[in-house]
Amino acid sequence: MTVETTKRLPLRPAPQRSFFHVYRIQVSITALLLLLYVVFIIGDPKTYLSFNIYRSFMISIPFFGLMAMAATFIVTLGEIDLSFPSAAGMSGWVFASSYIYSGSFLLALVLCLATGALIGLINGLLVTKIGIPSIVATIGTMFLWGGLVNVVTEGHGIPMTQLLDDPLHALFVGQLFDRIPAQFIWFVAGSILMGVLYKRHRFGSHILFIGDNAESARMMGIHVDRVKILCFVIMGVSAALSVVFILNQLTFFWATTGSGYLLTTLAAVFIGGTSVFGGKGTMIGSFVGVLIIASLEPGIIAIGLTGFYTQFIYGLLITISVAVYALMLRRRD
Amino acid sequence: MNAKPPLLQMKGIQKSFGHVRVLKDIDLEVNWGEIVALIGDNGAGKSTLIKIITGVYKPTDGEIYFKGQRITPRDVRASRALGIEAVYQERALAEQQELWRNVFAGHERTTFLGFLDLAAQRRETERLMRTRMGLTSQAITVDSEVVNLSGGEKQGVAIARALYFDADLIILDEPTMGLSITETDRVLKFTRSIREQGKSAIFIDHNIFHVYDVADRFVIIDRGSIAKRLLKSEVTREKLIETMVELHESGAAS
Repeated sequence: MTVETTKRLPLRPAPQRSFFHVYRIQVSITALLLLLYVVFIIGDPKTYLSFNIYRSFMISIPFFGLMAMAATFIVTLGEIDLSFPSAAGMSGWVFASSYIYSGSFLLALVLCLATGALIGLINGLLVTKIGIPSIVATIGTMFLWGGLVNVVTEGHGIPMTQLLDDPLHALFVGQLFDRIPAQFIWFVAGSILMGVLYKRHRFGSHILFIGDNAESARMMGIHVDRVKILCFVIMGVSAALSVVFILNQLTFFWATTGSGYLLTTLAAVFIGGTSVFGGKGTMIGSFVGVLIIASLEPGIIAIGLTGFYTQFIYGLLITISVAVYALMLRRRD
Repeated sequence: MNAKPPLLQMKGIQKSFGHVRVLKDIDLEVNWGEIVALIGDNGAGKSTLIKIITGVYKPTDGEIYFKGQRITPRDVRASRALGIEAVYQERALAEQQELWRNVFAGHERTTFLGFLDLAAQRRETERLMRTRMGLTSQAITVDSEVVNLSGGEKQGVAIARALYFDADLIILDEPTMGLSITETDRVLKFTRSIREQGKSAIFIDHNIFHVYDVADRFVIIDRGSIAKRLLKSEVTREKLIETMVELHESGAAS
């Protein structure tokens, strides 16, 4: 046990932990997804063996999928963001009104993304520089931006059918090979990018370290505040990009655009196995979590239950999965 | 005296938190290849002083020279870049993260655009584990989470990490706290190995036996000021303890 003797010990290969052990959460959640699909296919083979339902999934999943991936960063930090639906609403209004006013898709897009980034920046500053716990700060900004949309629209929507003729429209919601909705490709690409940042980049390493122990991170010279602010900005930009998909698909801005995605998005992250306590998470888990959440509602109807069961089954799955992960990840000290 | 300037030189360091003066006019020098012990009661200002050196706190007043150059510690990252590493009382580890992520925290090895060089980080951690940390258990790998290590093994990780980045000055804040006797021995051995490599250390420990064992020089801090400086060659262990007790009693009397 001394320095001298250990120096003489030969290097030996570390024992390999089994694939299942290392990726137990990712494997469990993927198994759950497959199990659900077996049930759905048995329950309604006609629907679930045709391509149409998958195309409709690919259209609607990106409406909240990217936000779930970005929320994984925030949850890993041990923080939460409840304001992203309002961020989507606010940047959606900016997109809609600037597009109608200027007729320029590109300008509307840039302003929309900038609005999302600004909302995220404000959240980040409130949390790091003012020191408000993120759950409280983002309850505040949730009402702030949601309320501002109500004020400026007075509850009225904005029709945007001219989007259909815009050349950039197809870039966001067109169909590749007449089959694959463009927004789904954006979603997959964005997910891969965020997944790589999470586990293979310095940025993700800092997120994990901060979420685990912010004080240690600070002592090791990690810029804790900067990383947190950047995560909130990414969240805001993801919400803004998501609303671009929504508006292009529906060609109508509602004063309520964006609302309704809060709980499903966070549910996807938690079903995916990212720890509520911070410091541990998986982007693959969140991705599969998104697929599960999106599949549940139509699936429940496919197996012959009424829509009244939807929330109950959401609740059942979320509660069970979070409990199972808590047991899996229980600290051994 | 040597022509080479001392490794670290602090002049007239003051630090206040609000109205509380924690450090009053501290002068401190650390030479190359020297282990300096900071001794003092809880709240004497030792931890504040070292956090000024590592860039966690900014001094209210005073000058700091490192390798002869005036420095103004801006933050931890800047201090680490200069060659100052610290092993904090709190160890600064993230328990649920892999060993390799802990070793390279804040100092990641990257390939391009900030992408991690995972292979290099895992390889180097493996090497450190076997040579420096004394982690020989088959059950522990570079992918093990730090939570699985014992207190002594965690301290080994923190110290090996500080040595790995080739720092010239390593600060050890209560490195033996809560460790078993064997683990403590290993930490003291680590500390002596710093000097053997021609590097310097500032060593803080409540156990006067440990302090006397590893340090070349003792600096006693009392209520924010330096009360005494002693060379190991001019004092026995008993005399050092006596000095401490005297200071403590005069402090209690006033």
